[in-house]
Amino acid sequence: MDVVLLSRLQFAAATMFHFLFVPLTLGLSMIVAVMETKYVRTGDEIYLRMTKFWGKLFLINFALGVVTGITLEFQFGTNWSRYSAYVGDIFGSLLAIEATVAFFLESTLLGVWIFGWEKLSKKAHAIVMWLVALAGNLSALWIIIANGWMQHPVGYTIRNGRAELLDFVAVVTNKFAILQLFHTLGAAFILSAFLMMGISAYHLLKKNQVDFFTKSFQIALVFGIVATFFVAIEGDMHGVHVSEVQPAKLAAMEAHWETASRAPIHMFAIPDEENEKNSIEIGSIPGLLSFLGYHDFDAEVRGLKSFPKDQRPPVWITFLAFRGMVGLGTYFILVMIVAWFRRNRLLESPLLLKVMLFSIPLPYIAIELGWVLAEVGRQPWIVYGLMRTSDAASPIAGSQVLATLIGFVVLYGLLGAMGFYLMYRHAKKGPKAAAAS
Amino acid sequence: MDLQAIWFFLWGLLWALFFMTDGFDLGIGTLYPFIGKTDREKRIMINSLGPLWDGNEVWLITAGGVTFAAFPTVYAVMFSSLYTALMLILFALILRGVSFEFRGKVDSPAWRKIWDTAIFVGSFTPALLFGVAFANIFQGIPFDREGVYHGTLLTLLNPYGLIGGVLFLLLFLQHGALWLTIRTTGDLQQRARKTAGIIWWVLLVVAVLFLVFTKFATGLYDNYISHPLLFFIPVVAVIALIGTRLLLAKGAFLNAWLTSALTIVACTFFGIAGLFPNLFPSSLNPEFSLTAYNASSSPLTLRIMLIVVLIFIPIVLIYQIWAYRLFTDKVTDKDLAYEEAY
Repeated sequence: MDVVLLSRLQFAAATMFHFLFVPLTLGLSMIVAVMETKYVRTGDEIYLRMTKFWGKLFLINFALGVVTGITLEFQFGTNWSRYSAYVGDIFGSLLAIEATVAFFLESTLLGVWIFGWEKLSKKAHAIVMWLVALAGNLSALWIIIANGWMQHPVGYTIRNGRAELLDFVAVVTNKFAILQLFHTLGAAFILSAFLMMGISAYHLLKKNQVDFFTKSFQIALVFGIVATFFVAIEGDMHGVHVSEVQPAKLAAMEAHWETASRAPIHMFAIPDEENEKNSIEIGSIPGLLSFLGYHDFDAEVRGLKSFPKDQRPPVWITFLAFRGMVGLGTYFILVMIVAWFRRNRLLESPLLLKVMLFSIPLPYIAIELGWVLAEVGRQPWIVYGLMRTSDAASPIAGSQVLATLIGFVVLYGLLGAMGFYLMYRHAKKGPKAAAAS
Repeated sequence: MDLQAIWFFLWGLLWALFFMTDGFDLGIGTLYPFIGKTDREKRIMINSLGPLWDGNEVWLITAGGVTFAAFPTVYAVMFSSLYTALMLILFALILRGVSFEFRGKVDSPAWRKIWDTAIFVGSFTPALLFGVAFANIFQGIPFDREGVYHGTLLTLLNPYGLIGGVLFLLLFLQHGALWLTIRTTGDLQQRARKTAGIIWWVLLVVAVLFLVFTKFATGLYDNYISHPLLFFIPVVAVIALIGTRLLLAKGAFLNAWLTSALTIVACTFFGIAGLFPNLFPSSLNPEFSLTAYNASSSPLTLRIMLIVVLIFIPIVLIYQIWAYRLFTDKVTDKDLAYEEAY
């Protein structure tokens, strides 16, 4: 079988699985740090119990995030050696900086946090949690700068038959990366908030530890409502930038075939890649795509047909991923608004609580779709406009990759099932009852 | 020294630090089914490395990342030609990491048994394969001008590769047993102490065999013969190894562990110094070999990364030493009673 295809599948499986666990390490870590700070400030036992309960969820999740992250770094070498040799001068240093500057801090201090309750003062222990959370987010910064460079390469020159660094500052201030970073961090907070609110809703429906879970729900709600609005506004800015630097991705996102001004968005469409058109288009809103891409209803938007066939991303996947992500994002905003107005009457809002409970998986889907959009929409390039994915794979045998691909799917499938089972068990059991005072 | 040579040295140093730190927890994981007799003892063993293994493993990520940043061609060719071996190591490390976290989360003997096996397999495999991989690098790897590997996983399991694997395994086992003597008490500590003592003799024999075999299987000694001063590296390794014996006999466990750490670093540098300037030699034709000079990044990247590493690696060392110092006391039943404990 084809090494490129297998390697792509393997990388997709490994990254998408890894990213099931990353958002909580970004968002929930911060929320736990806030709870522990509240405990230190007020001395109120309930915040300690919150820190421990939500913290444990974070830890189960963290273990899976770490171990699945290690394989990603090495896969550039094992499966994408042509890519690594060609762009390592820039890309490799970003990964190395991530490990040195951020990941070390996060991993070392998390161990201290888990085992250091009696060894450190309360205050020092809370500071350790803050450092863990900040280091996790700092990690995301460097990884996304690296990904941002693949999306929109800057600050390099072609020399000695490879891409070499020319301007480090340009690489780390890449606008694409910055927009992508905030989009990802915001999404991670949405996911964390929904998880906390969903689990709290479950217990509130059972009238279990009402005080504990009402407070947890409300804390998560504050993070969640800010994050949903933030991601929507920021996502809009991101869209404008994509239309500027990755016009083929924009066209594929909306299955937009013909170059046109006042380009529409169709409420419903079925793309037909073979015949380069949409076989069905219903509910077209003229000018909306122009507005989305350029903040101008009359702007001209390049259609897919203006790109050679071998420079277009797969339309179906890009199109569906974008719709799914935006649709879910809109839903998140609505739910958050309703929850905000019912925040002091949660027990009297069983329907809302049920909705929150069953919404837990949705941000996971949205965040994965977002990455599918970013990565599949970048195709056929591994580095946009600079290197094709088909030129990037290692000179290894397809059978080798097939074996490890199967290994990844089986191992990750089992571990993922167990990890989520443990999180489910812990969430369902709830925190230890408060000590009788 | 030029930039490339500095980076060659740093590259070796980061791998050495990885072996030095993660070595003891890989060793404990391998000793785990043999030394831990009861569930309580097993838990003490895991909790003795619990706060530290994760930070240790980041040295691997950093060593890999720095290989990528400073020597991209080496990173590309090394990891694609050692594809299967590296993937086995990664799968093992994944299994091991989650095992620590999962094992205590469900109170059932069958559940714990699964993870006990996983901890052993997940520790033994990397401990052995890292040694196999590095011994093969010392010897040269069959890859061509295009970086295409002409061999299989079995090619790596040649006699010299295997003795390298056994050497690493023994170094890590001794390192792990010594760590246990620091953090445990009673029977478990006595067993760990005895084990460390036995391993020491085996290690000595294997180390001597390895040094002799190296003369015939590799060109490492060429550098030593042209720069005899380099012999201080294996001398340090030998002194540290003897030191371990004496300190262990005295019951100075922490210091014995530190000399064992020094042994690991010196052993790694014994190979690194012999390799220079090769990072990844080809056994097909020396012309294909990847060196610090033909496989490095641009001077700008090397300079920027040097600044990053010179600032941050000392900072990392400071807080890791702080973390280690927090957790060199005995693991007690109270520690095991924590909700968060493994």
